[in-house]
Amino acid sequence: MSAHLDVAVIGGGPAGLSAAIELKRQGIARVGLFERESEAGGIPRHCAHPPFGLREFGRLLTGPGYARRLVALARTEDVEIHCNNSIVGFEYQNSGVKLLITTPAGLAHITARRVLLATGTRETTRAGRLLPGERPLGVINTGALQAYAHMERRLPFERPVIVGTELVSLSAILTCRSMGAYPVAMIGEEAEVLARKPLFLYPRLLGLPVLTGTRIVDIEGNPRVSAVTVEGPDGSHRRIACDGIVLSGRFTPESSLARLAGLGIDPKTGGPIIDNFGRTTHPCIFAAGNLLRPVETAGWCYREGRLIARQILRDLQEGLPDASQLGEIQVGEGIRYAAPQRVASPSGGMDCLQLRLERPFDGWLTARDATGRLLAREKIRSRPERRILLPLPASGPENLIRLSLEDRA
Amino acid sequence: MTADILIIGAGVVGCATARRFALEGASVILVEKGADILSGASKANSAILHTGFDAPPGSTELACMQAGYAEYLDIRERFNLALVETGAMVVAWNEAEEAQLDAIEAQARENRVSDVSRLDRAAILAREPNLSPAARAALLVPREHVIDPWSPFLAYMIQAKALGARFLFQTEVTGGQFDGEAWSVETTNGIFRARTVINCAGLFGDIVEQALLGEAHFSIHPRKGQFVVFDKAAAALVKTIILPVPNERTKGVVLCQTAFGNLLVGPTAEEQEDRLRATTASDTLKALIDKAVTMVPALEHMPVTATYAGLRPASDKKPYRIRVEPDRNWITLGGIRSTGLTASLGLAAHALELYRAMVGAKPDWRPVADPLESPVPNLAENRPRDWSKPDHGAIVCHCELVTEREIREALEGPLPPGDYGGLRRRTRCGMGRCQGFHCQARVAAMSEGRLRVPMVPEGGAA
Ligand SMILES: Cc1cc2nc3c(=O)[nH]c(=O)nc-3n(C[C@H](O)[C@H](O)[C@H](O)COP(=O)(O)OP(=O)(O)OC[C@H]3O[C@@H](n4cnc5c(N)ncnc54)[C@H](O)[C@@H]3O)c2cc1C
Ligand SMILES: Cc1cc2nc3c(=O)[nH]c(=O)nc-3n(C[C@H](O)[C@H](O)[C@H](O)COP(=O)(O)OP(=O)(O)OC[C@H]3O[C@@H](n4cnc5c(N)ncnc54)[C@H](O)[C@@H]3O)c2cc1C
Repeated sequence: MSAHLDVAVIGGGPAGLSAAIELKRQGIARVGLFERESEAGGIPRHCAHPPFGLREFGRLLTGPGYARRLVALARTEDVEIHCNNSIVGFEYQNSGVKLLITTPAGLAHITARRVLLATGTRETTRAGRLLPGERPLGVINTGALQAYAHMERRLPFERPVIVGTELVSLSAILTCRSMGAYPVAMIGEEAEVLARKPLFLYPRLLGLPVLTGTRIVDIEGNPRVSAVTVEGPDGSHRRIACDGIVLSGRFTPESSLARLAGLGIDPKTGGPIIDNFGRTTHPCIFAAGNLLRPVETAGWCYREGRLIARQILRDLQEGLPDASQLGEIQVGEGIRYAAPQRVASPSGGMDCLQLRLERPFDGWLTARDATGRLLAREKIRSRPERRILLPLPASGPENLIRLSLEDRA
Repeated sequence: MTADILIIGAGVVGCATARRFALEGASVILVEKGADILSGASKANSAILHTGFDAPPGSTELACMQAGYAEYLDIRERFNLALVETGAMVVAWNEAEEAQLDAIEAQARENRVSDVSRLDRAAILAREPNLSPAARAALLVPREHVIDPWSPFLAYMIQAKALGARFLFQTEVTGGQFDGEAWSVETTNGIFRARTVINCAGLFGDIVEQALLGEAHFSIHPRKGQFVVFDKAAAALVKTIILPVPNERTKGVVLCQTAFGNLLVGPTAEEQEDRLRATTASDTLKALIDKAVTMVPALEHMPVTATYAGLRPASDKKPYRIRVEPDRNWITLGGIRSTGLTASLGLAAHALELYRAMVGAKPDWRPVADPLESPVPNLAENRPRDWSKPDHGAIVCHCELVTEREIREALEGPLPPGDYGGLRRRTRCGMGRCQGFHCQARVAAMSEGRLRVPMVPEGGAA
């Protein structure tokens, strides 16, 4: 392993791999990619279903196939991929960052002029959801479910309840069915399902009740799950016998490394605060992929990785605009998050803000400066699960941009 | 074969007692109904090694806590056991609480914890700058410390095993007779003969007395405590244990580091009838988080790593419920409510004294002069962990940096885990912020065929 790198990429999912590939293609000599798992590829490694890769490879691939393609491409471009390498510490130096890495052989250090964090996202755990009840075996996220199916070829239950109504929740049902398990119910706290409605034909065809406006009020079982009790929208309780619980969705960026590095974290996205170049609050550290926000597709993350790689290139070659001159985005009521959180103009880099809402909304999305002057506005009709793109507004006085939802008046 | 001592229950008290009697040269059988050690009350606590500054003066509890504390410090290096020297502050948040600090300080001095001192607001904030300035005054108790609440008992049991003690898991004591010489103890796994029985059954201590003695001298009233564990990023915010001014019933909600580099807030104190169900409640967990945020505002938005609940084996009276039945060679170490982690070694020594007094004559046991030690792997963050050493294989649990070697050694060790919980307590795998999102399937594969309660049901599930 070279001890001095131009760019160290941390995380070998779609975002990290595409960034490393792009950096090599653009002529950066020393690019190292560090992946803590035994193989690179990220989340798609365990997503045993299409559609992956349509835009990148013009082919319909399954997750594992897509992950293999990405890794093969990185190898063709001579990206050094170090698997089983976990970053455990950061030290800032004049010319860059020193990374402390645990490897199977022991501890190692490398220094890098720039670091790209691409550590991805995961689902909110049982603890993060503050779920009530006992703590039996068999309460797992979709990620663990997919890993059980992929690595073990068997599941820890036969009749689980699926919690969540996002796209990934449907994929959890697919995984269960492909392993011979029969989910007994699907429940979601929100009043309506979160993924597109026609997709719920699938659970209905399986005879799976989809209970919305419903939350878990008790989990029973020792040593394994034996039942959950749920409360419906009318306050009535219902006990569902089951032997497992899949907690799907409610993604949250895997930002532990970003926290360890002392970077500013946006409580709204849960990921590091970035500007439109993907630069975090430390000028040598960049971030890309689903670490930035929950959650986009693999294809999106792939393109984002490539885009941020170009900003890193520009930073190394000519320097990016001074970070202290950035406009800061503030999000108002009803907006779940917006990323990037800071913008430089004239800009380059990402040309849009990515937003999601907390509730369905039909009206104006506006960007105003500190004095209330309108900077930009867009008519939107959106729902929480949809991504909204707003062209980067130029910031006004006091470097402040306020985003808000305004009724059609 | 008739054993000298049969211990019922492998909680902190039973494990420490098994070690003590094994060191004395007694033949020991320990019978536990769970799949592993520490599967009852002892699995979930605040992990504070108490000085006893606020314990009832002159009580057996205080004596056992202080003896347990001293012995722990004495043996911990040989066993490779953790100690995080945090110190504690009993913080008064209002005038009424401030008025009580004098009495608490006086009690501490009476209990021979004389290194306590008073802090005013400025001194509190100098020590803990992230604490809310609403803190008015505090009593500093420098020797309140934090430990790893599980590894010590693994070490004691491994030592006892090396000295010949026998352990039976998934074995429940259901009854028994004393014939004047020895007990025939009936279990779900057959009958065992032992001259003396020591009841360390925790939450079931009264039920065991009822079943074997015909009547119980106390009744257990479980008192639940819920906890929230914050992300590792929180641990830097407060180093000192933040204790409230206690009331009659409970020590109150504590904000405290863990040896593993997290910060926890809890426990609540909720009476309940059920002895098995230690459930969390969403509203209570939210209230704990709010409480933590009032104490340390920077905890706002801090991710939650884990939530859990434990049951204190409290009884109808506050003191420990210790009973000796000399005519029937019986000792109960019961009602070890909320200080058992600290007191365990002291209780074990106390049990030995009670035993000696009970049998009168000195038993013809041969104490082990130079006992073999059984160092356990270090899981605490304040000392080097396995991930920092060469040839660990690979990291399996990324959040807690648990290595393949650590998991393999735990599974193949002298006292392998009985279930996933036991493996988690031995290695910390799956205990971190993703709670097994990344590693659970791998750990299930590694532990296949090795756990009494398998992670994936055998044959059963798909
Ligand atoms: C359960 C689940 C199912 C999903 N299903 C789909 C789907 O069907 N289709 C879809 O398009 N998207 C899906 N997604 C979204 C998924 O996040 C994206 O597809 C994509 O994988 C994001 O790419 P990424 O590179 O940002 O992160 P990831 O793919 O998550 O890759 C991050 C990589 O970083 C590594 N890493 C993390 N921390 C460290 C560290 N400290 N040191 C070294 N390496 C580290 C991880 O091991 C991982 O390999 C799913 C997500 C989840 C969680
Ligand atoms: C919320 C909370 C916070 C606490 N914080 C602290 C702290 O910070 N510091 C401190 O010092 N102490 C603390 N404690 C106290 C400490 O955890 C307890 O005092 C201690 O765990 C009691 O241990 P035990 O061995 O008596 O009981 P247990 O751990 O319950 O052990 C009894 C064992 O007996 C077994 N058993 C029962 N019946 C039978 C049977 N019939 N046959 C076979 N086996 C049987 C059970 O399965 C169990 O494993 C706390 C406790 C709680 C609940």
